[in-house]
Amino acid sequence: MEEKKTKLLEVKDLRVSFFTPAGEVKAVGGISYDLNDGEVMGIVGESGSGKSVEAYSIIGLLQSPGKVVGGSILFEGENVLEFSEQRMRNFRGNEVSMIFQNPMTCLNPVYTIGNQLIEALRCHNAEVTHKEAYDRAREMLELVGIHDSARRMKQYPHELSGGMRQRVMIAMGLICSPKLLIADEPTTALDVTIQAQILELMKDIRQKTGMAIIFITHNLGVVADICDKISVMYAGKIVEQGSVDEIFYNPSHPYTKGLLRSMPRVDAEQYERLIPIEGTPVDMLNPPEGCPFGPRCEHCMKVCLKHNPPNISISDGHTAACWLLSMPKKEGE
Amino acid sequence: MAGYLIKRVLMALLALLIITCVTFVVMNLVPGGPFLSEKAPSPEVLAALEAKYGLDKPLGEQLVNYLKDLLHGDLGVSFRMQKNRPVTTIIGEMFPISAKVGVFAVLNAVILGIPLGCLAAYNRGKPIDSILRVIMTLGISIPSFVVATLLLVLFSVNLKILPGTGLASWKNYLMPCFALSFYPMCYIGRMTRSSMLDAINADYIRTARAKGLPSRRIIFKHALRNSLIPVVTYIGPMTAYILSGGFVVETVFSIPGLGRYFIQSILNRDYPIIMGTTIFLAAFVIVMNLLVDVLYKVIDPRITLGSGGEA
Repeated sequence: MEEKKTKLLEVKDLRVSFFTPAGEVKAVGGISYDLNDGEVMGIVGESGSGKSVEAYSIIGLLQSPGKVVGGSILFEGENVLEFSEQRMRNFRGNEVSMIFQNPMTCLNPVYTIGNQLIEALRCHNAEVTHKEAYDRAREMLELVGIHDSARRMKQYPHELSGGMRQRVMIAMGLICSPKLLIADEPTTALDVTIQAQILELMKDIRQKTGMAIIFITHNLGVVADICDKISVMYAGKIVEQGSVDEIFYNPSHPYTKGLLRSMPRVDAEQYERLIPIEGTPVDMLNPPEGCPFGPRCEHCMKVCLKHNPPNISISDGHTAACWLLSMPKKEGE
Repeated sequence: MAGYLIKRVLMALLALLIITCVTFVVMNLVPGGPFLSEKAPSPEVLAALEAKYGLDKPLGEQLVNYLKDLLHGDLGVSFRMQKNRPVTTIIGEMFPISAKVGVFAVLNAVILGIPLGCLAAYNRGKPIDSILRVIMTLGISIPSFVVATLLLVLFSVNLKILPGTGLASWKNYLMPCFALSFYPMCYIGRMTRSSMLDAINADYIRTARAKGLPSRRIIFKHALRNSLIPVVTYIGPMTAYILSGGFVVETVFSIPGLGRYFIQSILNRDYPIIMGTTIFLAAFVIVMNLLVDVLYKVIDPRITLGSGGEA
């Protein structure tokens, strides 16, 4: 594929808050990133780090009491946050589509697979006839590796396995040929062998269609072989972002290092143990002052507990938000 | 499916048998009898009457005789209210009158109740939801005789725009239909609202939104069908009750329907009519419930009839 670098998505200082009775929860506290056409970005973070909320705001699926309170999301230069309801509806599913974590419950149990696929196409393309939509739906099912598509079209979701259903969800996401697919933990609810199949499928689809993908997961292993670049989120902020190689071979933020250390490796020696990250995730209602990771960080300094660290560029496209990086390197560190 | 239906029909017959026996016994335990009134007949006349209708035999024998006749489709003759006319003929005359009013009432309850419930659920927490909820709560708490009387006073007595009694023209149907349907409409509305609220939070609704479907379609296609099960469960037997006539509404609007007649037959101890109407209503409810079970399968393909479906 030729190297083209047109910016597809540009998120600038996005802030999302949930206004709960207990107070404002800043689920996403000012994150920025770019995504080029055809690029695959992984967003990695633990539960509650704001990775799904961030994705939901791109596609306008934030539910009350969640609200975007600042920043912008530019999709091909247009600000998604200023879309009218009509424009948003046409944007969803058509230009950007999303697949979700739990394929068991994401398909409507009372309609056939075919019905739901055809509907996804026809709600954006009224001029497509039922026959054309039917053919296109079957084509999509074949693309995602469901081979007896004519029979599957007539089946109901409960007649399919979890992996099958996730394939159907992916087919549904692809049917309008969107430019961006957001996959919110698409493999988390599946067992490991099916996970691998779905990942293989997504890699395959990426090659065939060349669309951009945002891959949200809490599993670094999953992103390693599908993504071009990775953003690591912690407590609503991107603490480190860079290319896959940079993140895996030159992790710079203590949190990223901690994540990598706590991941099982095939090539580990028998005596090596997994090292957990001490402490508990941030209470988002009362986030600590300064760096959110500060209280759990083994290198924590005074400044970390007072001021938020700036984003520091490590190499081209690789940044991390940590005070350590702004210090002159000492011997032995 | 066929096996399931046979099983259900056999169970229905058993249920009918039990209902018949219990009603027969209880009815005879109640003091009084069909031939007692203020002007009591002489003992000789009474004895002759009882002998004629077989009431002088022991209760067990009476019941067996009744069941034998029932097997031949013979519900006996009226003792008192329409002397010596067959009960089947009487029900055949009265039921259509009640049913005519009832059909419109059922349609009204379903056609208005379900969308109102959707509307309230869709606008949850907004003023329109609050207003609808107040109306629906009123609807299920106000007894139908209050609704019927208020309507009668307002439209017939004060405004004089609608006739208050009889069933001469279509105008006569408006008030009884509304009075009869107000409670079920509100009940259906409330039920639709609450099951719709459950459905709206489901993952497949999020999928539908992510697909970019318009809200109308999300509500009426994706959420509604998933929230219909409890509503249909209620609509089945409700249809049977409404079609066979509301006693209160028929009394207030002087409609010569089955509901009113049933109550009168109890007051008059007209045994065959009590039995006939009870069996008729019971059979109707049983049939409607069977229909509901089949409808479940139509609404939700996950439901299988047969294995454990006889709930």
